[in-house]
Amino acid sequence: MSVFPFFVAAWLLLVGIYGIATSRNLIHLIVCLSVVQSSTYVLLLAVGYKTHAAAPVFLNVPLSTPAVDPVVQALVLTDIVVGATVTALLLGLVVQTHKRSGTLDPEALHSLRG
Amino acid sequence: MPALPVAIPLIAAALLLAPPKSTRRQIVDAFAVAVAVAVLVLGVALAARSSGGRVIYWFGGWEPRGAGGHLVALGISFAVDPFGAGMAALVAGLMCAAFVFSWRFFEEVGDFFHVLMLVFLAAMAGFCLSGDLFNMFVFFELMSVSAYALTAYKVEERGPLQGALNFAVTNSVGGFLLLTGVALLYARTGALNLAQIGAVLDRGHLDGLVIVAFAFVTTGFLVKAAVVPFHFWLPDAHAVAPTPVCVLFSGVMVELGLYGVARVYWTVFGGIMSVHVPGLRSVLIGMGVITAIVGALMCSLQHHLKRLLAFSTVSHAGLFLLGFALLDPKALAGVAIYVVAHGAIKGSLFICVGILLDRKGSVDERRIFGTGKDLPYTGALFAMGGLALAGLPPFGTFLGKGLIEEQAGELGLHWVPWLFLAVSALTGGAVLRAAGRVFLGWGRRPKFDETSREEGDEDRETTGASTHTPVVMLAPGKLLVAAAFVMGVLPSAPRHAMSGAVQFADHHGYAAAVLGTAPVSPPGPSGSAGATLSSVLLGVAGATGAIAVALLALFRDRLPRAPVGLLRPALSPLGRLRDLHSGHVSDYVAWLTVGVAAFGGVLAAALR
Repeated sequence: MSVFPFFVAAWLLLVGIYGIATSRNLIHLIVCLSVVQSSTYVLLLAVGYKTHAAAPVFLNVPLSTPAVDPVVQALVLTDIVVGATVTALLLGLVVQTHKRSGTLDPEALHSLRG
Repeated sequence: MPALPVAIPLIAAALLLAPPKSTRRQIVDAFAVAVAVAVLVLGVALAARSSGGRVIYWFGGWEPRGAGGHLVALGISFAVDPFGAGMAALVAGLMCAAFVFSWRFFEEVGDFFHVLMLVFLAAMAGFCLSGDLFNMFVFFELMSVSAYALTAYKVEERGPLQGALNFAVTNSVGGFLLLTGVALLYARTGALNLAQIGAVLDRGHLDGLVIVAFAFVTTGFLVKAAVVPFHFWLPDAHAVAPTPVCVLFSGVMVELGLYGVARVYWTVFGGIMSVHVPGLRSVLIGMGVITAIVGALMCSLQHHLKRLLAFSTVSHAGLFLLGFALLDPKALAGVAIYVVAHGAIKGSLFICVGILLDRKGSVDERRIFGTGKDLPYTGALFAMGGLALAGLPPFGTFLGKGLIEEQAGELGLHWVPWLFLAVSALTGGAVLRAAGRVFLGWGRRPKFDETSREEGDEDRETTGASTHTPVVMLAPGKLLVAAAFVMGVLPSAPRHAMSGAVQFADHHGYAAAVLGTAPVSPPGPSGSAGATLSSVLLGVAGATGAIAVALLALFRDRLPRAPVGLLRPALSPLGRLRDLHSGHVSDYVAWLTVGVAAFGGVLAAALR
């Protein structure tokens, strides 16, 4: 098992947060949030990966056949659903923000401070 | 039965989407209130039933399997104890108040408000009852998403949109950190059931991976708990959310973040970290103290009443974290009483602010200065809420504070009562100052630029200007304050809280109950708990301090000039602190990252 996927997960987490912290466009910011979330997909799949193992489908094969962990795959699926919900809702808010404030620059929003 | 508090509101939410749009509004309201009452009754019943022993429910009958005392839990479980069920009951109780208060709300917007609120209720109840870490994450996210949508309910205004964006982005990053921690724990233990993870961790030793996983899981929950420096989203979300939603945000959602930390700590890390308690304690106490002070200072600087109450919530979240950080059942019992009493009082205060918004069209104390003289009952309730927040006996707050202070004294932390006193005086004083300005017109009329729309302005939440306060608006506020009062005078409350806390903090007992292994002898008889003379005196001192702070703020200009001038240099850092709350989500996420890195670093150093 290589450590490479774990580096990828850490890199995605950091680069996504860097993107959010420096973003000047709300759509870009929300895509950066999706990048942060992709890091959890990669991490979960890497956790359940086994070298030279098959997909966890035990049809016509003995139960002792090595297979990758199906639990993390179920977790990733759930995670993707969560991500889709959050992204859709946030993009809806951005559309509405653009309608009301006429800008997509988060630094140009001044309704709240202090 | 344990799954019903989640299933009923979810089904009810789906049903509410079904009927034609012409359904009478009163029917929808009554239906929603009935559902919340049902969940409240179920929560109380579950709390009573589980006080003798935890109620475990395995979905689909997937019980732990295995042989020879080595049982493996693969299914998803609900593991109910009195604290979990009690939190679910608190959620449902505040939801009832919010539904009754919103009886006359949002006439034209349709039923989505009720649907979202019911989903919110189901998610929070599930979070309280779940015994599975990933399941907790899913409920956590469901609760977050419905909360984002509720924050932006007034989707045609700029403020709610920006507040919801800040809230959603910050909390989503927190949620992903939590999931990263869950993945790391699964990598180490191959388990997602809380008891199972704990049982596997108990057999190993504390290494870097476990510490990193703990740091990620904890910070994920602490973002929701609004602990400094993860708190920036909270005032923004509170300032713009509809009033009934604020009741739930401040009253219970923030506290659920801390509940998550406590639940995971005792079930998962309670064994492996037991030898590192002193180190962990000092780290968490430090965070709690900083949060309490920053929240109290910011609270006293606010003029927007919802923001003021929001920062008071931040401050109290710091006190709750401090109480939890003592990592002891007695302090935990104190936190439990404090959380319930605070939730009721904060809900009542937000309801008063909602009434002001309804009648006066603004929640900025400078704009509505002196205009509340025709609302004596609301004013009295608001002032009483301020005093109760400061811990005036016999409201439940003083009892909770007393227990935490007592336990802190036993651990040699004799400065804790002073911190509680200062926070009570500042946050309670800010509420009383606002009450004096708005309802009595005391003090000098503050300068206020009518043309600025920077803060404090909101559109009315109701349709049509009302000439009197409807009964359904004030009644839930009165009931909530009465509940906080009962908490404080009920002689059995400390005893129940104590036995619940002992059960909650019993790492091995939890594992035995869930995994069905040999029962461990229950922890010995717990120490007595109740109101002591010192807790009553400290409560009175807090309330007196709050009155003094309020009078000082109201009649500042009558003081001699010289001392005020001397204070000026001390006030400039406050301005800088205020500037940090910039309203820009990028800054908030940057602070979050700094906070996670600092927390992880300090934790690694403290637990070595």
